[in-house]
Amino acid sequence: MATLTLIQAVNDALKTAMRDDPNVLVFGEDVGPKGGVFLATDGLTKEFGDNRCFDTPLSEDGIVGAAIGMAVNGLKPVAEIQFQDFIFPAFDQIVSEAAKLRYRSGGQYTCPMVIRTPYGGGIRGGLYHSQSGEAYFCHTPGLKVVIPSTPHDAKGLLLASIEDPDPVLFLEPKALYRSVKGEVPEGRYKVDLSTLRTAREGSGVTVFCYGAMVPVALRAAEQAAEKGIECHVVDLRTLLPLDEDGVIDAAKRTGRVVVVHEAPRFCGFGGEISAILAENCIEWMEAPIVRVAGFDTPFPNTLEHHYMPDDRRVLDAIERVWNY
Amino acid sequence: MTATEMYSLIKPDGGVKGKDPKLAPDELLHIYRTMLRVRAFDEVCMKLQRSGRIGFSIPNRGVEATQIGAAAALRKTDWIFPSYRDFGMALYHGVTPTEMMHTMYGNGADGAKGRQMPVHFTFTEPIKFFSISSPIGTHIVQAVGAAHAMQYRKEKHAVLASFGDGGTSSLGFHSGLNFAGVWKSPVVFLCQNNQWAISCPSASQTASEGYAIKAQAYGMPGVLVDGNDVLAVRQVVLDALERARKGAGPTLIEAYTFRMGGHSTSDDPTKYVPKKLLLEWEKKDPVARFERYLAKKKLWKAPLRDKIYAECMDEVGDAVKIAEATPPPALETIFSDVYETVPQHIRRQGQAAFDLAARKGDAAAGGGAFPL
Repeated sequence: MATLTLIQAVNDALKTAMRDDPNVLVFGEDVGPKGGVFLATDGLTKEFGDNRCFDTPLSEDGIVGAAIGMAVNGLKPVAEIQFQDFIFPAFDQIVSEAAKLRYRSGGQYTCPMVIRTPYGGGIRGGLYHSQSGEAYFCHTPGLKVVIPSTPHDAKGLLLASIEDPDPVLFLEPKALYRSVKGEVPEGRYKVDLSTLRTAREGSGVTVFCYGAMVPVALRAAEQAAEKGIECHVVDLRTLLPLDEDGVIDAAKRTGRVVVVHEAPRFCGFGGEISAILAENCIEWMEAPIVRVAGFDTPFPNTLEHHYMPDDRRVLDAIERVWNY
Repeated sequence: MTATEMYSLIKPDGGVKGKDPKLAPDELLHIYRTMLRVRAFDEVCMKLQRSGRIGFSIPNRGVEATQIGAAAALRKTDWIFPSYRDFGMALYHGVTPTEMMHTMYGNGADGAKGRQMPVHFTFTEPIKFFSISSPIGTHIVQAVGAAHAMQYRKEKHAVLASFGDGGTSSLGFHSGLNFAGVWKSPVVFLCQNNQWAISCPSASQTASEGYAIKAQAYGMPGVLVDGNDVLAVRQVVLDALERARKGAGPTLIEAYTFRMGGHSTSDDPTKYVPKKLLLEWEKKDPVARFERYLAKKKLWKAPLRDKIYAECMDEVGDAVKIAEATPPPALETIFSDVYETVPQHIRRQGQAAFDLAARKGDAAAGGGAFPL
């Protein structure tokens, strides 16, 4: 087993998928000879040729729209949107078209495609290279929304997404691209979509998180442990369709819940987790559910480290629900 | 054929300008019958909508030559990415009025399981007639993706992407033509310039002189064709498809025509279409023009229209009877086809809806008419 960074694991997944299936095509802006601005597609054009991995015109609407057409006609497109912040011209194609095609055609046309895009802060990218837009997409029936947090899951989830019969938005935590390393099996394996991962076992406080917030939550959990609070940290991995049963079970284990995400709090994914728990197991709750999230402001540049939830803020929330 | 000089083939008197394509009588009469079938379908659907039996329809009067001419150029292995005013293309290739009527009623036999408004057809046989969506222009760039798949597999097929003059203002038009130009995609863009985007005239869509010349900016040929001349439309689409099949890339065709009816059954065109224009275009009726051509070929005499039209009306009337007798889709169809496998949360919502129906009875249906 090789030790890879998260971005290397993404690259490995793409190569694995392309080796196994000539219908897998990778395209987007600068993904060709340059290998992508983060090097996710490094070496693909060289290994597979420029008809398998290629640059497109600078148009997110075009990238996703063309991907839909390829998907309905038998290809397996894996499109890259350079930054999730730039995905909005393609919002119509994703929300009105890809996500609804199976439904609106009675299953006569389907859209098995993947849109990969780096999301989140931590690179001093300011308002337009830092956002976490998952909530916009989780409100879209027909779409799947997947976010890995480890190299192992990045490869396994991406391979599962490429195999999936429905459109998948694959959000990659760019802050973790090179800051996490882990063992990644060689060749093909899958991490099933809509399954949670228990990142740490504990019986004191359940912390739900995903993507770049997973290492933050784990650091906070370590600090909490020093204070005698054992946290149960759950990496959601797939936000849509969510493993609701798994979420409810994990919450019932402790009766105390913190939800962490980088995206703004208002109407964020934490609200959905809170509502699911309130509807299904409020009698198990020993304390109010607390959300730790980005502020309800645009994403700042210089002060981004204050905006993004850190172990300080997560630990503070853990202590609040523990001491309630 | 150019972007600024309008190509036509059938002269107003029915004679031929230039080279007669010399289609077999069967093919000519199939074109003619399909034009009348579209007209019959329109007439019936208008009555059904006005009497409250269906919620919505889209009339095609005036643009039949563009639709059917383009369809007649396609092979069954080609794909159509249609707009909502293109169902004649499906009829031409053998979709039956009954299949279409099921969609007009949104009943249990509708291919889309009653999920879409009337007219938003989806067919996979006998030709790929891609699922129609209401947002304008999104399908134009999707057509390029489908064409790219053909190109990638080195197939000799092509895609027809059809849209109106209003569609040229959309994001999908720009990205579609731009991508197709760069990729040399086997796609034919058919802009049906019927001069109206609901109530907005062409002048409110573009400052350019027509639409065909926009092709130049995307590095492809633009062709302006008389959209009321069914054989001219067939010819330019055929030429463009041949170009696409041999790998020479896309073409933008502007078919210049006129929408003689409203945008839809919810629209009152008398509020904005000058009567004078209507009278002027009435004289250019595409069906009558084709009849004069057929008459010169000794394939048509006056009673033929009435005879064929009556047959078409019977056919559509039978389709109505069948569609009306078909029950609505099952409640389960709300929850299926969102994903290939029904996920946990949707299964639960479905179960809750079935349980509620068992306890409290079914939900009451609304009025059903599209409220505009």
